[in-house]
Amino acid sequence: MTDCLKSQKISVSANNLGCFRDQFPIFNEISFSLSAGEALFLRGANGSGKTSLLLVLAGILPYSGKFEIKRFGENQQDIPANQLIHFIGHQNAIKPELTLKQNLQFWAQMYNGDQTSISQILEKARLFGLDNFLAGHLSAGQKHRLSLCRLLLSPRPLWLLDEPTSTLDSQGDTWVSDLISSHLANAGIIIAATHRTIELKDQKKTKSLTMGANK
Amino acid sequence: MRAFLIVIGRDLQLAIKNGGATLTQLIFFISIGVIMPIAIGPDKQILADLAPAIIWIAALLSTLLGLDRLFVADHEDGTLLSLHHASISLTSISAAKIISHWLITALPLILATPLLAVMLFMELPQFLATITALLLGTPALAALGAIGAAISVTLKRGGMVAPILILPLAIPILIFGVSAANSFAGAQTSSSAMLFLGAISLLAVAFAPFAISLALKAAEE
Amino acid sequence: MNANKMPSTNKPKNWFSALAHPGVFLGWSRHFIRPLIFLTLISFAIGLWFAFFNSPPDYQMGETVRIMYIHVPNAWLAQMVYSIMAISAIGSLVWRHPLADVAMKAAAPLGAAFTAIALFTGALWGRPTWGTYWEWDGRMTSTLVLFLMYLGLVALWNTFSDQSKGARIIAVFTLVGAINIPIIKFSVEWWNALHQPSIISTQGLSMPAEIYTPLLIMTLAFSLLFFTLHLVNMRAEIFRRRANTLERQHVIENAQASAANNGKGENK
Repeated sequence: MTDCLKSQKISVSANNLGCFRDQFPIFNEISFSLSAGEALFLRGANGSGKTSLLLVLAGILPYSGKFEIKRFGENQQDIPANQLIHFIGHQNAIKPELTLKQNLQFWAQMYNGDQTSISQILEKARLFGLDNFLAGHLSAGQKHRLSLCRLLLSPRPLWLLDEPTSTLDSQGDTWVSDLISSHLANAGIIIAATHRTIELKDQKKTKSLTMGANK
Repeated sequence: MRAFLIVIGRDLQLAIKNGGATLTQLIFFISIGVIMPIAIGPDKQILADLAPAIIWIAALLSTLLGLDRLFVADHEDGTLLSLHHASISLTSISAAKIISHWLITALPLILATPLLAVMLFMELPQFLATITALLLGTPALAALGAIGAAISVTLKRGGMVAPILILPLAIPILIFGVSAANSFAGAQTSSSAMLFLGAISLLAVAFAPFAISLALKAAEE
Repeated sequence: MNANKMPSTNKPKNWFSALAHPGVFLGWSRHFIRPLIFLTLISFAIGLWFAFFNSPPDYQMGETVRIMYIHVPNAWLAQMVYSIMAISAIGSLVWRHPLADVAMKAAAPLGAAFTAIALFTGALWGRPTWGTYWEWDGRMTSTLVLFLMYLGLVALWNTFSDQSKGARIIAVFTLVGAINIPIIKFSVEWWNALHQPSIISTQGLSMPAEIYTPLLIMTLAFSLLFFTLHLVNMRAEIFRRRANTLERQHVIENAQASAANNGKGENK
């Protein structure tokens, strides 16, 4: 899995990004660049445009300026940009009528990932033994963990995370920071909007960007 | 292709878990078939003459009834957003959604048609023609309905708007559908109506996925 | 704050997009309103004079033929306005041009109005000519369906609170409708021929120059009327959007000012 990820090495750069809604700027003049193994934490008040920036990077919202994903791996030029990205937002994309396993199986197939490791992934997320449990019966925090499990279904270099620790307990926090650390160690890139500080093993690899400062 | 089938499979799985919705629609379809004779009167000949029209109207209205749930759940829980990063394109997903929508909404209605045929005193040839016309025409109805559902996915009053938008566009389906079903009146017009009906379905199913994915992309903005 | 800065996503730098920038459009279009009104009034004056005083009554329909001078231009506009909306829809989808959104939105109620007039005058004409206000004739039925489509679009615009997001979605539906219009026309005429074989035929109408000239002038007059109203409506829509933007900006600035006054805002 990690080998596969290493061959998908990328770097990203954003130059003077702006996002407008009805001619009204949500954010403006955002520039950054990240090379493989680096993380960017977006900070700022509610309404400063963190989620919108993530949606722009995810290719959902239209934007002005320039955003580029450069691929370095061999034979990876033909992978479409949208398949280099994992986006985990506030909405957890979980169907309450289906079991945990069925939920993850669906996304594994959508992401071209492997389904054999689903039980192990659930175990890592402290949802051990709940494979055949209906997702609708999970608590909000557990649902959020299940949603984060999608990150592990298929190796993709760019992770876009919106408040990854918002509903988690301290154990969940540790899990997320381990996830992030190991993704960075595998030369992945993470851009995350966070309110709470995420403790990482290697703080040198992280950058932070405060949004809404020019307002 | 595999992912395509999986999208259909999951929709069917969800429809079975929420069986109530399909059942409601089926009851609505049959209710229209019951209401019409009461409004028109129990005259056998009149009912038999009007039967194809009644069945088509019932099918049209009950397909519209289920439109609001087609994409709204996927939009609200973030599934549509995450599908932007799937290895299968949104256009293919839209095509899969049309098929699952047809399987969930149109097929049960077609299967329930014999019941209405008995209540409306249909002759066997007329009944067979109606079933054939429904099989040929409902894919277009499902495709148009899916377009309406995609357009109204972000609207809170979407359940009301989609039928208003789709009904005028469904007029050709209704015209050819009812004409095709009236085969006993004249075989020649009915066979050309069948052909037109099939052509409209092919066109609609071929083009609708592009319109749907465009609308869904715009909805996530 | 540069709130008036437009999204510059893939903005082509040609003369057309320069002229079509909403701000620039407001500037130059202002000079076109008065001349357009003037031209519209002149052509209506000439056209109506021809229609009432300088054209013969029809040998079959008598004086009622004059209703046609209102009916035909409106029936033509009913279709032309939809094609303008469809072209704007392409502009909105392909180039994300805000002016295309505005053009599309401003045309919908006008199209509905012209189609309604066409249907109404058609009914008035039908009474003395066919002996009935309404006939399920192929042409009238497809015009009625077109009217329903316009109403649907107007309703759709009204349900979107976010107009720029709505514009792209509505553009998709406008194009779906445009593809469907010929199919609807064909199916309705086929259906009409099936049920009432050639009761009415408008093909047989002889069209001498005395009728043709006023018809052409009236068509021009109504088209000019549409262009005038469309331009005014587009400008009104741009102003409305600007007012909304300014209002939002004002609210946000007020909120930030009060947050700053409290010393401890949410900014941390």
